[in-house]
Amino acid sequence: MKIGVPREIHEGEQRVATTPDVVSQLIKLGFSVAVEKDAGAAASFSNEAYEAAGCEVLASAKDVWSQADLILKVRAPEGGEESLLRADQTLICFLGPGQNPELLEQLTKSGGTAMSMDSVPRISRAQKMDALSSMANIAGYRAIVEAAQHFGRFFTGQITAAGKIPPAKVLVIGAGVAGLSAIGAARSMGAIVRAFDTRPEVKEQVESMDADFLMLEFEDEDGSGEGGYAKVMSDEFIKAEMALFAEQAKEVDIIITTALIPGRPAPLLVTAEMVELMKDGSVIVDLAAETGGNCELTEAGKVVVKHGVSIIGYTDLPSRLAAQSSQLYATNLRHLLTELCPEKDGEINVNMEDEVIRGATVCTGGETTWPPPPPTLSAAPKQAEPEPAPVVVEKKRSIFGPIAAAAIGALALLGLGAVAPTEFMDHFTVFVLACFIGYMVIWNVTPALHTPLMSVTNAISSIIVIGALLQVSSTDSVIMWIATATVLITSINIAGGFAVTRRMLEMFRK
Amino acid sequence: MNTQELFVLPDGVITVSYIVATVLFILALGGLSNQETARRGNWYGIAGMAIALLATVFGKVSQNYDLLIVALLIGGTIGIILARRVQMTQMPELVAVLHSLVGLAAVAVGFASFMDPDKKFTGVDLTIHDIETYLGVLIGAVTFSGSIIAFGKLSGRMSGKPLTLPGRHWFNLALLIAAIWFGREFVMQSAAGGGLDSLIIMTAIALVFGVHMVMAIGGADMPVVVSMLNSYSGWAAAATGFMLGNDLLIVTGALVGSSGAILSYIMCRAMNRKFLSVIAGGFGTGGGTVAAGTGEDQGEVVAIEAHEVAALLADAKEVMIIPGYGMAVAQAQHTVHEIARVLRDKKVNVRFGIHPVAGRMPGHMNVLLAEARVPYDIVFEMDEINDDFPDVDVSVVIGANDIVNPSAQTDPNSPIAGMPVLECWKGKTTIVLKRSMATGYAGVQNPLFFKENTRMLFGDAKDTLDEVFKAL
Repeated sequence: MKIGVPREIHEGEQRVATTPDVVSQLIKLGFSVAVEKDAGAAASFSNEAYEAAGCEVLASAKDVWSQADLILKVRAPEGGEESLLRADQTLICFLGPGQNPELLEQLTKSGGTAMSMDSVPRISRAQKMDALSSMANIAGYRAIVEAAQHFGRFFTGQITAAGKIPPAKVLVIGAGVAGLSAIGAARSMGAIVRAFDTRPEVKEQVESMDADFLMLEFEDEDGSGEGGYAKVMSDEFIKAEMALFAEQAKEVDIIITTALIPGRPAPLLVTAEMVELMKDGSVIVDLAAETGGNCELTEAGKVVVKHGVSIIGYTDLPSRLAAQSSQLYATNLRHLLTELCPEKDGEINVNMEDEVIRGATVCTGGETTWPPPPPTLSAAPKQAEPEPAPVVVEKKRSIFGPIAAAAIGALALLGLGAVAPTEFMDHFTVFVLACFIGYMVIWNVTPALHTPLMSVTNAISSIIVIGALLQVSSTDSVIMWIATATVLITSINIAGGFAVTRRMLEMFRK
Repeated sequence: MNTQELFVLPDGVITVSYIVATVLFILALGGLSNQETARRGNWYGIAGMAIALLATVFGKVSQNYDLLIVALLIGGTIGIILARRVQMTQMPELVAVLHSLVGLAAVAVGFASFMDPDKKFTGVDLTIHDIETYLGVLIGAVTFSGSIIAFGKLSGRMSGKPLTLPGRHWFNLALLIAAIWFGREFVMQSAAGGGLDSLIIMTAIALVFGVHMVMAIGGADMPVVVSMLNSYSGWAAAATGFMLGNDLLIVTGALVGSSGAILSYIMCRAMNRKFLSVIAGGFGTGGGTVAAGTGEDQGEVVAIEAHEVAALLADAKEVMIIPGYGMAVAQAQHTVHEIARVLRDKKVNVRFGIHPVAGRMPGHMNVLLAEARVPYDIVFEMDEINDDFPDVDVSVVIGANDIVNPSAQTDPNSPIAGMPVLECWKGKTTIVLKRSMATGYAGVQNPLFFKENTRMLFGDAKDTLDEVFKAL
């Protein structure tokens, strides 16, 4: 099958759906790949690099759409692209089926298959195909870079000969993938980072990134919704939250907001009053600008300065790191294609039984298949509660058993002592003492040397050879020959045991 | 008559030599408490053996020196060749063979001693001597045939599956009763001047018993069996010592016997099983609720490719490698070492976590890793590192299953419930190398494979690790 990658025509879009690195891996899956001329130019992937990776470079988008069986894109089709899909073609890109019902309808009518990268279910198996997370990661990182550009001071604190530089204070609202990425970037630049999230379980993740988690003292409301997103919170909760933000606004220099609730306008978290409270020169980066913004004063796609605060509302942050985001997105696509093409024969099989493929497919064969049925397997099988560690019921050992055993043993010994001759008892004493010495000595042996211990005890248990030596001078020829044979086999044991022990011990080195 | 007594050592000198040998043997075992002193310990052992042999040869042997020397030379040469040729993965087999030789020697010495016309015991002395002979031969025969079967199982010449005959416990009991009954017969006949027949019959019974006992024990219980046979070979030597009235044999036998017994105990504890239930054979004979969780409701396994494993390892700070019998089977220890070396050069803290029953004999994994030149100071016992897993970035489980099974802790109905396990799932990521999704020896599904932070790398451990190494 031929994969076609047209140049993105959305204004300002710099990403491309495949990179030279990924092309060579797609070829290994059995596909042939064609890209439109200059498709990767904006992301610094030259036509020559694609060609070197074994990819065909076609002159126009029309050629790509007409020749390819499988179209990979970043953005949803627009400006006439939507009518290019054929019934025998498959399109994979970010479609946003919930936000773009008309587009979905048009694609359905074409009879072709369309898969949306933003519909890949968020289960653990599909993590490697989760392009939303890849993009969110980049957006979070870039948000800090943008903030740094508009912020007039250092992120890190320093004491210099020319005076003290205070560290910047950054507040990240929403500790999802983008939020955590922003925390990481800001921390590594030296800022003091605080983070807030309605889902208490992310506290640990935030703290693992060396940021402070702001807790809201509130009657245990858990903001975790389906698929790892947050849900809408109660009014009282939001009120308390707002009070916290207002207080923080006075103190922090930079606010990054990343709060998104799927399928709804972004929640308003930073009001105009809060912006007013912030120090002049502060920066707000609003990652939710596309769906209305978390900040009241955000203007989508622009940087505005209000009340002395720069408010960045870029909606194309991943595109601003085009080479990186193209690489990650292309890898996500490759993973999806690996799932679609399990035979590695360059043919895709849209297996609607597969949960991931089913979830991503929004239309096929003239039918709309979105939204998919709810996932049957959650990332972690939801258990009511982690099972408490089993309480080990210590069986009360009857004290009778050991006492009886000791009594029987003592009686047996007494009986033995009563009848046995002195010479035997002398040997017996030696035997019992030797058992104790053995017990003491062996417990000190390090477990790592248990094998050498076995081989050396093997060698020394061949001391039984002494028995044979005593008999070898016997006048009885049968006994003599038996003894000679015994000497032979025990000497195998002596030599073999010591030699192999030595060999093993030589190998143990620091 | 080639009576060529060079000189005869006085008895006192012989006794002193034996005492010195005893002390040297104890020092030899004591030396094994750590790797530094172990090599010296082995030399103590050799010295002790040499002194004991010389003292006996010069003090007790009066003729047939030529035969003796030829036998010693042939045997010694065979032994050294065996020791040189053996692969480290074959160590359990070699140890089993050597055990069988001790058992055979005990039987031979017992018979020879019984047939010795020069012995002069009467009354209680004779009875005691007969019982000692009888016990020495009995233990020796069980050790001999049991070790042969263990060798067959360990070397793959016989199936590792436990043979569970119907009514096998009754069969064992019958054999035991028969052995006791013939023992009584033997003592009575011996007092009347006979008894050889009873001794031979009993030896046959003991041989059957040894075969049957080890046949009923499965592959992964082999650490217990091998250490148990080790113990038996010691007790056989001690019984022979009683028979001959020789304290050196008694002491050495007792040392070896208790050493093997302690090893068996450690192995049983590491599997949370009773010694008797291991010896009785089979697995899970007690509980009917085997495999409480089947594969279906456990979620999905996530496969991973070799180059992804390499990337994970390269980015990690703390790596824990958990080898199992699968590593020995695939002969992957050298590749494992190469990977560990490359990672350590990159300042990754690589450590090895060894479960006491990993492999087919106590300390098997340690020897394999030592053979691959893994420094022993990065190889740790389970108890030393189990608390460190939360800080581990990547755990690599190579051909192990039951020893990393979390259901031992969480599922009280599991056949392995209560067995101490390596808690690798507490780390950030666990990579499991496995040939297939088959269950481990205990037949228990392993929930570890379905954990969210577990990735499965399927294939032969050696091949996949080679790929990982290349990718690094």
